[in-house]
Amino acid sequence: MTQTLSAPADAAPAVPRRPGRATKGRGGAILGVVAWIVGIAFFFPVAWMVFTSLHSEQAAATNPPDVTAPLTGAGYREFFSTNPWPYLINSATASVVSTVLVVVLAMLAGYALAIRPVRKWSDVLFFFLTTKMLPAVAGLLPVYLIAQKIGMLDNIWLMVILYTAMNLPIAVWMMHSFLAEVPVAILEAAALDGARLPTVMRRVILPIASPGIAATALICFIFAWNEMLFARVLTGVVAGTAPVFLTSFVTTQGLFLAKVCAAATAISIPVLVAGFAAQNKLVQGLSLGAVK
Amino acid sequence: MATVSLAAPGRARPRRGAGRWARRGPLLPALLFTIVVTQLPFAATLVISFLNWNALYPNDRGFAAFGNYASVLSDPQLRSSILTTVILTVSVVLVSLVLGLAIALLLDRRFHGRAIVRTMLIAPFLVVPVAAALLWKHALYNPEYGLFNGMLSAVFGHGAAQPDWISDAPMFSVVSSLVWQWTPFMMLILLAGLQSRSPEIIEAARVDGASAFAVFRHITLPHLRQYLELGALLGCIYIVQNFDAVFTITAGGLGTANLPYTIYQTFYQAHDYGRASAAGVIVVIGSMIVATFALRVVSSLLKQEANR
Repeated sequence: MTQTLSAPADAAPAVPRRPGRATKGRGGAILGVVAWIVGIAFFFPVAWMVFTSLHSEQAAATNPPDVTAPLTGAGYREFFSTNPWPYLINSATASVVSTVLVVVLAMLAGYALAIRPVRKWSDVLFFFLTTKMLPAVAGLLPVYLIAQKIGMLDNIWLMVILYTAMNLPIAVWMMHSFLAEVPVAILEAAALDGARLPTVMRRVILPIASPGIAATALICFIFAWNEMLFARVLTGVVAGTAPVFLTSFVTTQGLFLAKVCAAATAISIPVLVAGFAAQNKLVQGLSLGAVK
Repeated sequence: MATVSLAAPGRARPRRGAGRWARRGPLLPALLFTIVVTQLPFAATLVISFLNWNALYPNDRGFAAFGNYASVLSDPQLRSSILTTVILTVSVVLVSLVLGLAIALLLDRRFHGRAIVRTMLIAPFLVVPVAAALLWKHALYNPEYGLFNGMLSAVFGHGAAQPDWISDAPMFSVVSSLVWQWTPFMMLILLAGLQSRSPEIIEAARVDGASAFAVFRHITLPHLRQYLELGALLGCIYIVQNFDAVFTITAGGLGTANLPYTIYQTFYQAHDYGRASAAGVIVVIGSMIVATFALRVVSSLLKQEANR
């Protein structure tokens, strides 16, 4: 009797528990503290990078660390005095233009794979994914030789083309999965009204799929901004991107820790800001749209 | 009525002729672009791999048959880099999956500041990989002024051990920095998986007296399976190709040169195009074997979507 009574009493608070169970009692409190410790531990290197970037070179190189040293913007001043702007602009050009291209191409492909599917659409989808599994480094040499032949070496538009190709398979997967969510009834209604494909795209599909498009764009932007191997081999002084600049930045002799941390922070900021601003999009995008 | 069903753009069976091309039309730009930019270079790699071609000796160009393959496969450096790639990929993916799962379970309960903790945990994934590698190499691992040794001497005084992390444990150093970057990624995917569990089933199991471990073992883990597989697949795709961490932290030295780094070096420093291409073809074949298994995983995901 007591058991049958106590069971519903236990289950009662379960209803408002979503999302996540409430932590009850001391065990729950301890797990909350553990979560905080883990979070701080993972965040700490990032915080340390920013903290070190705000110190003088002498203070940054002390052991044990001197946490009371006065803060200074000298590291950032020195970073910006080496004129990183051409590199940052190259990175921005390559990332933004390739992301726009990817989103347009992937939306069209997503339409042909999810909304009015071609025959064997799943085979096509698999083809896109297999291209991602082939290691890009194996294609590096021919790309280099071709670029050399047609005079595209050290040209940012070559990077735009390559980053578009690099992100397109992932974006096609994501857009397929997001466009599959567009209700058929709405498309049928639009077709009855005689709307043509561009109109349907702009007026019907775009508004519904825009959260998915944002997730796709975020991921593509991050991957393009981060890429280094191809940029290192295929660009030089004219079209060098921010990661390439960052690696060349460290070769200086002497104390350079604060300067390097300032450079690393400055170059990571666009990605950090975009990622923090759109945390949920990040999850959607990273799982290729499998996680809604 | 008939016209309605014909005009309806629903997910109906494709029609023949012009209709079929109308369907294919939107797909073609992406498909052609992908084939031209990603597939043709591989074909070129295949051709070059059979050539005797070193940029430093341009007059010696000729057909080499399987000569490049023989020299690549008998090269101990390349063989060890295959092993390194496997060790690096498997250890990073496994450790970050396990850590990611543990952290996702922690974050799946309510506590004060959960959103803040989640935000802090995402941060490592959002640091540009080269910047992260530089951060670990110089600000954390450096034996003289790195944070790790700094903390050791802050805690144990001036006689504290001051290990040279990267030379003493090169592989561990590279793996740790990558685990730090990839654990948040796994955590995000697994947390989404945890939050998509049906609360009713878990509650029912609890009411029936199932222990927390039994719920985890028999309900949570099976439900998470596809999310674990997805995380492992995506992690493998990216970590097999890792270049930034190896290049920055150890410059491929001390037994940490993985395949992308070795190919980069053969091509960039030795200028041996034929050998670099042969190595590339071998990597592609290896990846295709792995990918065949990986694609089965995706195929199960896709079936689920089709059944939805």
